Amino acid sequence: MSAREEVLARIRTALGEDRAVVPEIVRDYRTTDERTHAQLLDVLTDRLEDYKATVLRCSPSEVAPTVRAALGTAMGEHSPADVVLAPGLPADWRPDGSVEDDGRPAVALADYAATVTGVSVAIAETGTLVLDGSPLCGRRALSLLPDCLVCVVEADQVVGGVPEGLARVDPTAPLTMISGPSATSDIELQRVEGVHGPRTLIVVLVH
Amino acid sequence: MTGVFLGLPTAPRGVGHLRGDRSFPDAARDSLRDGQLRANLGHATATIRGKRAAVVGEVPDWAELREAGRAIKAATMARLDDHLVALEEQVTARGGTVHWARDANEANEIVTRLVQATGADEVVKVKSMATQEIGLNEALEAAGIAAHETDLAELIVQLGEDKPSHILVPAIHKNRAEIREIFLRTMPGVDPGLTDEPRKLAMAARAHLRERFLRARVAISGVNFAVAETGTLSVVESEGNGRMCLTLPQTLITVMGIEKVVPTFRDLEVFLQLLPRSSTGERMNPYTSLWTGVTPGDGPQEFHLVLVDNGRTAVLADDAGRSALHCIRCSACLNVCPVYERAGGHAYGSVYPGPIGAVLSPQLTGVEDNASLPYASSLCGACYDVCPVAIDIPSILVHLRGEHVEAQSRTTPEAVAFRALSTAMSNPRLWRLAQRAAGLGRFLARGRPTLPAVLPPPASKWTRTRDLPTPPKETFTQAWAREHGS
Amino acid sequence: MKVALFATCLVDTMVPQVARATAALLERLGHEVVVPPGQSCCGQMHVNTGYRREAVPIVANHVRAFAGAEAIVAPSGSCVASIHHQQAAVARRAGEHGLADEAAALAGRTYELSQFLVDVLDVTDVGAYYPHRVTYHPTCHSLRLLRVGDRPLQLLRAVRGLDLVELPAADQCCGFGGTFAVKNAETSTAMLTDKMANVLSTHAEVCTAGDASCLMHIGGGLSRLRSGTRTVHLAEILASTEEAVSPDQSTRPAVSA
Repeated sequence: MSAREEVLARIRTALGEDRAVVPEIVRDYRTTDERTHAQLLDVLTDRLEDYKATVLRCSPSEVAPTVRAALGTAMGEHSPADVVLAPGLPADWRPDGSVEDDGRPAVALADYAATVTGVSVAIAETGTLVLDGSPLCGRRALSLLPDCLVCVVEADQVVGGVPEGLARVDPTAPLTMISGPSATSDIELQRVEGVHGPRTLIVVLVH
Repeated sequence: MTGVFLGLPTAPRGVGHLRGDRSFPDAARDSLRDGQLRANLGHATATIRGKRAAVVGEVPDWAELREAGRAIKAATMARLDDHLVALEEQVTARGGTVHWARDANEANEIVTRLVQATGADEVVKVKSMATQEIGLNEALEAAGIAAHETDLAELIVQLGEDKPSHILVPAIHKNRAEIREIFLRTMPGVDPGLTDEPRKLAMAARAHLRERFLRARVAISGVNFAVAETGTLSVVESEGNGRMCLTLPQTLITVMGIEKVVPTFRDLEVFLQLLPRSSTGERMNPYTSLWTGVTPGDGPQEFHLVLVDNGRTAVLADDAGRSALHCIRCSACLNVCPVYERAGGHAYGSVYPGPIGAVLSPQLTGVEDNASLPYASSLCGACYDVCPVAIDIPSILVHLRGEHVEAQSRTTPEAVAFRALSTAMSNPRLWRLAQRAAGLGRFLARGRPTLPAVLPPPASKWTRTRDLPTPPKETFTQAWAREHGS
Repeated sequence: MKVALFATCLVDTMVPQVARATAALLERLGHEVVVPPGQSCCGQMHVNTGYRREAVPIVANHVRAFAGAEAIVAPSGSCVASIHHQQAAVARRAGEHGLADEAAALAGRTYELSQFLVDVLDVTDVGAYYPHRVTYHPTCHSLRLLRVGDRPLQLLRAVRGLDLVELPAADQCCGFGGTFAVKNAETSTAMLTDKMANVLSTHAEVCTAGDASCLMHIGGGLSRLRSGTRTVHLAEILASTEEAVSPDQSTRPAVSA
């Protein structure tokens, strides 16, 4: 018997021939949010700041300058060519001189100092940005290797809780849920920001 | 019904890390005397208990989420075979390859073979309980393949040639000063001016591992949840080491216990709320990666999923202990356990310490191979209260004690005593006699309110550190009967 | 109301004054107390040590002893929890379904003392007088299996003369755990040490609780250290009054009435 057949046979033995009916799953937890959209934006901001991320708000016409200012604050003097963009980033979000991900080997993305991407959805309650590997969000390594990550979130992408957030994404896409900069609690259970992933996370909230 | 009774094999001996070489009381004797360990554990568990309580307390529907989590796990186990077959189908359809392993040896062989096929002589690893359980690092090492742990706490344990002592934070038993010392001693090229500031220590780990991530060709991970209906796998982490491993190498090998499957993608909306708040005490962990098979142009282009039994089907066969398989490895039960907090994780002898380990390890190995673990609890119930999927750990502990007692072929002195006591307690006349006999103990006290501190075993186990009151001349029921004439 | 008192094996044999106080309290509140003579033990120690088969005849004896009782009260959270959560299950496991049903029915009429007072008798001021500084340890099974909540504290707050001080880390186990105290004596002692440190930090004269077993553990440690802080069961405190202090009570008020 193959290992597959044997493991499956063991499960069938373990569960017995007269299987119990599958217990019902009651989902009476929250799947909607009563808060207004403005309140959700505030909650998202509060949660992100709690994770030591920086949140900058701007109007749709101010995205590029806000991103540029954010990069300046995070990195000080830098060359725009050190900033790599998700390939689907709208033209009017792009800071002048920055370059689009050209599909080079993933590890070579480590040469960049910062990345700018959009998001697929943002979850207010947990301060979570979901990136889905689409051109707007870029491939996974893009939001991982450069030390500074700038994510542009549009107000209508913000939902209340985790159920609403996951309902908006494609389960088979390469998804990354990001809640603040990289961190660890491995030393005395104390949270410290900044390990292997980007040590700086800046969220530009467009509304 | 038990797995042993049904002939279902438990996790084999001689491989992996499910069995200690000493009983729990023996091992605890040493750790209890380690003042530094006690201080480190006391500090760390108190910190995390406070954080968890705060972020769980702010969720108005926690009870509903917990009940949904419990129910999803129970429903999954009830049709585990169907869900695994569906998972295999989905992963395969999306470019992954699924392997099945009956036990630790077989899983180690499969992974070793897969790594060898790539020609790599080293791998980077995401923290994974399953691969610790099966002893994968040792198996790879025997085949000449170096396995680099990349989680900070795992790295501390690996560099210190230590053993993990906690599910979430394997180096919880080390404080910042000890970690600094390990880094200074073992990390090539580390800054000799390294301080014990946690941020500086984390930066040292970042520098140490950066180059390894960039050159790695093969990564090995575990999995937190695997979705049957879509083939989506997930890893929940904080540092980004997981993302590095899951994204950069050409080949990804994921090892998962068969109980990690969940039926639907929607089920993640429950667990991704329960897990982070219960484990690190955060509203959400910094990074959760979800991937399905292979995505062209993004991440590893070769993906293998190894499904491991290693005793899990034997656990599944025992309907009184089965729910131990519902565990989502959050560690909340360890952090609240007064026994864990004092004895530490190493005393459990298994990679699964604490209350959940005390019910999981004996079931995976067969209770006789971990016979002291079900007794390593005062049954205070704090674990059950915090468990995000409501595993009734105290009841399983009691059940396993019963399994252990009933597995004895020889009659122990303890069994003789308990049977005699049972006979007496089942018969009022005998019970009065037994009580009268116990009352004779008062003569040992020679008029003092407590019995002597030096008594023969097993009473000495109590009296070595605690006084025993002198039994009264008359029991309550005797006095009552005398006074009320019945 | 006619109340059947289940003394519990430990109280009956080792600390009879707790059962006596329970009876005195209930009688003072105007209820008739009966003590079924056939009682022995709930079977908890057997079940929790792994002797679940041997527990079945003990459960049967308990069910026989209390058959027909209208309400059963015990001065122990742990024993009542075992009656509620374990008795029927061990009987059922042994195939004794009739016994299991009877045990379950009996459990429905069985109450821990503080729950009986507050929920059934609807009384929090029992008219007690106890002029001492007291700290309260919520025992694990009262807290987590029976969910007695703050009922004992409600009762204690209403006691005249009683100075109630909060116990730090109150919800931490004292390390008793039945045979755990012997099988894992050293871990148990480590837990006890921390519990005693917290008790002593309150500078209370008396540490009280709803379980004689846990109190025997904490008290055994405090006595070994010659600490001077003593353990007194909740029932004994609630039974104390200015007028009458039973000669069988081990703990008289420091100020005589």
